[in-house]
Amino acid sequence: MNSQISRVALAALAMLIALVVATTYWQTWAVAGLEDRQDNAIQRVAQFTIKRGVIYAGDGRTVLATNKQRRVKGRTFYFRRYPSRGLFAHTVGYATQQRSRVGLEQSLNDYLTGANSNLNTVLNTTLDKLRGVTIKGNNVVLTVDPRAQRVALAALAGQCGAIFAVAPRTGAILVSASSPTYDPNAAERNFKLIERIRGACNPASPLLNRATNGRYVPGSTFKVVTAAAAIDSGRYSLASTFNDLGYCIEYGRRVNNYDTSTPFGFVNFVQAMQHSINSVFCDIGKKLGPQLLVEYTKRFGFYSPPPIETPSNERVASGLYRGGRLFEPKNPFQVDPGRLAFGQERLQVTPVQMAMVAAAVAAGGAVLRPHFVDRILATGGRVVTRTKPKELRQAIKPSTAAALTTMMEAVVSGGTGTAAQIPGIRVAGKTGTAETGVNGRNTTSFIAFAPVERPQVAIAVILENQSGTGGKTAAPIARIVMEALLRRGRT
Amino acid sequence: MSARNRELLNLIVVGMITVAGFASVYIARQAEVSSASLSYAGIFLGLYLVAHIVTRICVPNADPYLLPMAGLLTAIGVTEIYRLNPDDAFRQGMWIVVGVALFSFVLFVLRRDYRRLESYKYLFGLTALVLLLLPALPKIGTTVNGARLWVDLGPLQFQPGEFAKIMLIVFLAGYLREKREVLAQGRPKDLGPLLVIWGGAMLVLFQTNDLGSGLLYFGVFLAMLYVATARLTYVAIGGVLFVAGAVGVYQVVGRVQERVSIWLDPWSDPHRDGYQIIQSLYSIANGGYPGTGLGQGTFSTTGGDPLIPYLNTDFIYSALAQELGLIGACALLLVYMLFVARGFRIALLTEDGFSKLAAVGLTFTFALQTFIIVGGILRLIPLTGITLPFVSYGGSSVVANFVLLAGLLLISHRANSLSPQTERGS
Repeated sequence: MNSQISRVALAALAMLIALVVATTYWQTWAVAGLEDRQDNAIQRVAQFTIKRGVIYAGDGRTVLATNKQRRVKGRTFYFRRYPSRGLFAHTVGYATQQRSRVGLEQSLNDYLTGANSNLNTVLNTTLDKLRGVTIKGNNVVLTVDPRAQRVALAALAGQCGAIFAVAPRTGAILVSASSPTYDPNAAERNFKLIERIRGACNPASPLLNRATNGRYVPGSTFKVVTAAAAIDSGRYSLASTFNDLGYCIEYGRRVNNYDTSTPFGFVNFVQAMQHSINSVFCDIGKKLGPQLLVEYTKRFGFYSPPPIETPSNERVASGLYRGGRLFEPKNPFQVDPGRLAFGQERLQVTPVQMAMVAAAVAAGGAVLRPHFVDRILATGGRVVTRTKPKELRQAIKPSTAAALTTMMEAVVSGGTGTAAQIPGIRVAGKTGTAETGVNGRNTTSFIAFAPVERPQVAIAVILENQSGTGGKTAAPIARIVMEALLRRGRT
Repeated sequence: MSARNRELLNLIVVGMITVAGFASVYIARQAEVSSASLSYAGIFLGLYLVAHIVTRICVPNADPYLLPMAGLLTAIGVTEIYRLNPDDAFRQGMWIVVGVALFSFVLFVLRRDYRRLESYKYLFGLTALVLLLLPALPKIGTTVNGARLWVDLGPLQFQPGEFAKIMLIVFLAGYLREKREVLAQGRPKDLGPLLVIWGGAMLVLFQTNDLGSGLLYFGVFLAMLYVATARLTYVAIGGVLFVAGAVGVYQVVGRVQERVSIWLDPWSDPHRDGYQIIQSLYSIANGGYPGTGLGQGTFSTTGGDPLIPYLNTDFIYSALAQELGLIGACALLLVYMLFVARGFRIALLTEDGFSKLAAVGLTFTFALQTFIIVGGILRLIPLTGITLPFVSYGGSSVVANFVLLAGLLLISHRANSLSPQTERGS
């Protein structure tokens, strides 16, 4: 019987070895695939056993996201707390059990949970695991300025709109405000509180990050891009002269100026920008054609989502939209170039994109990658990564940028944007008012940078449902936010 | 070193592992080592010292590794159960006491010659049959988690199938030893008993709604039949019959259908039918290579509600795999392998047919049961609700496995006492 017993024994051991193989499969090869699955309840809970990294504002002191420790049945969980509440809600986002993560909490999750592949982090995490102590994530220091952000949110209070400000020479984001804002602390348990938020627009959409994900008609602020194309292509110069009749003829129909009753007559390019004369830009647009204009928008970053660190579904590309989708004219007849030239014609932009336009002019034509993250620190303070300024491309020649600066400075010193003047500081800017035909439903905007001789701030302000012009509504807000940023003498 | 001293030494090592296990669960729970954790381990060690003294008296020449391995498995089980639910761990501890008591009783009663059981083989067979049919009776039969395996006698709930299993092995060992020459001729008319047992297994399958138990009984029967007759054709015919029967049952019994479809694609319904197996796989995957550490795994929501039902019993392997990781899970499986290897070694060493068949039956049922439950969790086969020997929470299972252990030690003692290799003893 012994030979049979040996065979049965082999069969029994083979069964048990199959178990070893199967266990190995599930605990090594299959792990990565299983961890990412939406229905993985264990992962959903386990993430709260990790002490997520703290998120700081640019001053390195203001805490935007931290943890609150709570013990449940002998286990320690770390739940997220946002001490500065609505201040940076749209940028930082939230990490909760009930809802999927949003904002930097989502896009920086690997860093915040110590799961990234940085050697230092891997070492720390592995040591923590072996020692059985809580795994700690990397801390993140942002570039944003909490004081200026507070000023920006206060200026937006009661209105719908957004403010976005960057340092033109580095791309460091200083302000990213979206109104109405919400308290991310309510996301876990009191989500109804967020849903009940109302504003000067309907729907109020408090969760929408208008600064990076809101699409607006730019109106006359887009004239900066048109002028960039006109001058950079060598077809026009500051000295070019035009005859304003108060309207321009497109396809045999009149396209009126903002105020068509008093035409300016003969003007040069600077004056046309200074007083935002639609008919002039309409003619320029017709001469340049829509394809060249679109080409120049792309140089500033249109047609691709803003390259910032927030999740890709929280930012949207600027450009021409048709039926809710981005579209590019394949021939000159698909788009009305005259209206495009002064920022109408289904053109939709984000505040971040318009700030990038202002920043490019300020930086001599260079488009720098805007970034929220200044540095990421391992436990113990060692730097995991530090963001270096990255030039995406040279959008326009430095001489073009200088010409545009002259035009934009004239706008603030004696044109439509005088409300943005700051005593003792040279400011360059451009107003925008996109009319809807209904009073109180205009989208107004203002883009600017300062100081002109050594720009430190570039800003875009966009407001919904306004009855005034961009110069009256958006320009004063841009002024006080720039003042708040410049007072600290940032570089 | 004598066999029993070796056993004692092994038990002390097991005791130290138990202390370490309880201490780490305690640290994870309370962030301190309390004397309670040590006293748990102390009581545990004391219990096994009693068992050790009984083996010293009753079966001095028995295999010295089986008792420590059983001790280790129960210790791992109680530690994990304690980590999941301290109250259950206390009850499990009580059942281990009962198990050790019955273990001692069996060793003491049968210490001179267990082979007299052979003459009562039909009584054992009949009792096994009655026990298997008990859950089918109205009033006392109870359905738990869809399987009708339980008997409820007011204060006492138990799974008679666990004991029927051992009695069936005793019966088969006696019966096959007597008939093996006849059966080995392989005449068609000798297939009768095969068909009877097959019918029985199918009946069990049908009546309990549980594929696992049917597979277990029939698998053990086929293994013993093969050892007795050396005819692989029996195994082949039996295998075909079982598969055919299982397919038949699959057509009729909804629960078996459900189990099979979950096995084939658990993600088709991840929140209801597939939930348990899917979350169990997530639990295993979460352990990864090193595991989360004892007491540090994730088994409940942040509110403290359990994530996986039946974690204590059917799914204890996925809890262990998460907390001990691949290293720990493989170590656990290695203990099962060693236990099985020692069991077959006893079957090889012992002289008479009854002992050989009994040892093969007891060892193979141990291995097959481990394979069925762990294989079910790992999606090698459809999942069925049976226990992981010595580790899962469950009184009947623990007590029955102690009887199984006593049986192997009795056979081993006799083999080593008779054979000239006694002094090697290992």
